[in-house]
Amino acid sequence: MEQLLNDYTLRTVTLGTAILGAVSGALGTFAVLRRQSLLGDAISHAALPGIGLAFILTGSKASLVLMVGAGLAGWFATAIVLLITAGTRVKYDSALGLVLSVFFGAGLVVLTYVQRYPNANQAGLDSFLFGQAASLVVADVITMTILGGVALAALLLFWKEFKLLAFDPEFAHSLVLPVRRLDIGLTTLLVVAIVIGLQTVGVVLMSAMIIAPAAAARQWTDHLGIMTLVSMVTGALCGVGGALLSTSISNLPTGPTIVVCATGFVVISMLFAPRRGIIWQRIRRTVQNRELRSESVLLDLFELARTHDDLTYPHMEPALRVIHPQRGTLYRQLRRLQGKGLVQMHQNGAWALTPDGVRVCDQLRKERIG
Amino acid sequence: MNAVEVRDLTVAYRESPVLWDIDLDVAPGVLMAIVGPNGAGKTTLIKAILGLMKPAAGQIRILGKPYRRVASLVGYVPQRGTVDWDFPTSVLDVVLMGLYGRIGWVRRPGRNERREAMEVLEKVGMTGFAHRQIRQLSGGQQQRVFLARALVQDARVYLMDEPLQGVDATTERAIIDILHSLRSSGKTVLAVHHDLQTVSSYFDEVLLLNVRRIASGPVSKVFTDTNLRLTYGGRIAIIKDAP
Repeated sequence: MEQLLNDYTLRTVTLGTAILGAVSGALGTFAVLRRQSLLGDAISHAALPGIGLAFILTGSKASLVLMVGAGLAGWFATAIVLLITAGTRVKYDSALGLVLSVFFGAGLVVLTYVQRYPNANQAGLDSFLFGQAASLVVADVITMTILGGVALAALLLFWKEFKLLAFDPEFAHSLVLPVRRLDIGLTTLLVVAIVIGLQTVGVVLMSAMIIAPAAAARQWTDHLGIMTLVSMVTGALCGVGGALLSTSISNLPTGPTIVVCATGFVVISMLFAPRRGIIWQRIRRTVQNRELRSESVLLDLFELARTHDDLTYPHMEPALRVIHPQRGTLYRQLRRLQGKGLVQMHQNGAWALTPDGVRVCDQLRKERIG
Repeated sequence: MNAVEVRDLTVAYRESPVLWDIDLDVAPGVLMAIVGPNGAGKTTLIKAILGLMKPAAGQIRILGKPYRRVASLVGYVPQRGTVDWDFPTSVLDVVLMGLYGRIGWVRRPGRNERREAMEVLEKVGMTGFAHRQIRQLSGGQQQRVFLARALVQDARVYLMDEPLQGVDATTERAIIDILHSLRSSGKTVLAVHHDLQTVSSYFDEVLLLNVRRIASGPVSKVFTDTNLRLTYGGRIAIIKDAP
């Protein structure tokens, strides 16, 4: 325990998880906007047999070797999903589910087989299931940095093409951009983002690192660049937070801990973000409803007055209550409208539109009729 | 040389033809409406001309060349419903997308491109909305943004899929004015159009389409009751014409 917490390990783990969080946050933004979150899940699950096979074939546990195996398997799975949807009547989501479970099942079989290997104990391949941040060593972090850096650089380089691909692929096609190749490129970057996180987060929950930071970031901004940055920072914070917790408490798997962190970010964003947050929208709806209710009282006064020659003809409250039976509400609305100078109360207690009120009514009726 | 030339075009989805043996010539400087019932293949025709759909047979030439070689001279206004308007991007950004082909790889839109984009936004009366998130727009405003994205390309041929669908009267007028000014500068416009009432006042020529080409040519000659009945009578027309 003490050993685990010494500075050196801590630094390595922090750096590694920050990088994986940032890269998956960035590529997750595009996956979420392209409605490919589930593809991320399929890719990460499909990586498991790749990891096992890479170990069997090379006998090496070097992270680069395992990542290449994971990446190839993830990529292969994506290709199969596309083949199934293009060649059969199976729908995209079913194809994803199918590929995900078949590959994951195959992965478990391969891992069980690997256990019989003499050096299987040290292999620790089963830590790829739920992730183990403490197993990160400097060499792993260097590999993650290089791969992640390349992925981020590519994203930056083809930023506008990827943006158009995500927003309107048909229009991109009409500009004779190579949509298919861009699609393959962006998906490959997604595979890279997933692969560098597998050792830390695990195949089962890696998709959370793709989806959660991006979903949280979307709540706070309407700008793709800012969303990507927010998502990267969120991803890095989730990664670091989850990894540090799981490193300091022994036997706590990293993947689930990171996911708990990410869930916190998503919940906070869903609730409190301005404009898109649930609380914000609730408040706005209340305000709008009140607005609508007082508008309808105003328009009813207008309708009643219309039967007389004078549009500011006063009416007693009971005449209005026929339309608005809730006494308290009606009185409050009339007071509100009075405060805005749209209606006035005559001495006998009757209510009438002011000239301003008539003007507003004309305006409202025009808007509503269109 | 025709602006658009379609020969013996057949497009099939699985086994059934969506477009069957279409011939079409559109001269430069013409505003042509594409009219037909649902499922007539109007959108498919536009997409086939743009190379977005692979034809089973037939040839398409734009300004005498295959689409890929003249793509920068062709502007496309897709149906509004084809994109996610909740996408995190601004009006100006969407218009700039029209220039992505010209800007080329790796480079980003600069000051000149932004100026051009602002100019077309002014043309479509959306200057004040340049920095709005696109979700905050009404249907008519979204349609104007798509139109602006095509206009900024400064193309010679425009293909529009229902540019007037679901827009208010003001926007409809504004868009028609723009189409007419495109025509007076010699551009060609093919637009899928739904409102039969306005075909003759808005357009010069019309293509009546229902899987097959029923008729095409000047509105005054082609847009007749008989032809309309053939178009909207659907199956009858096909059976009668079938070899």
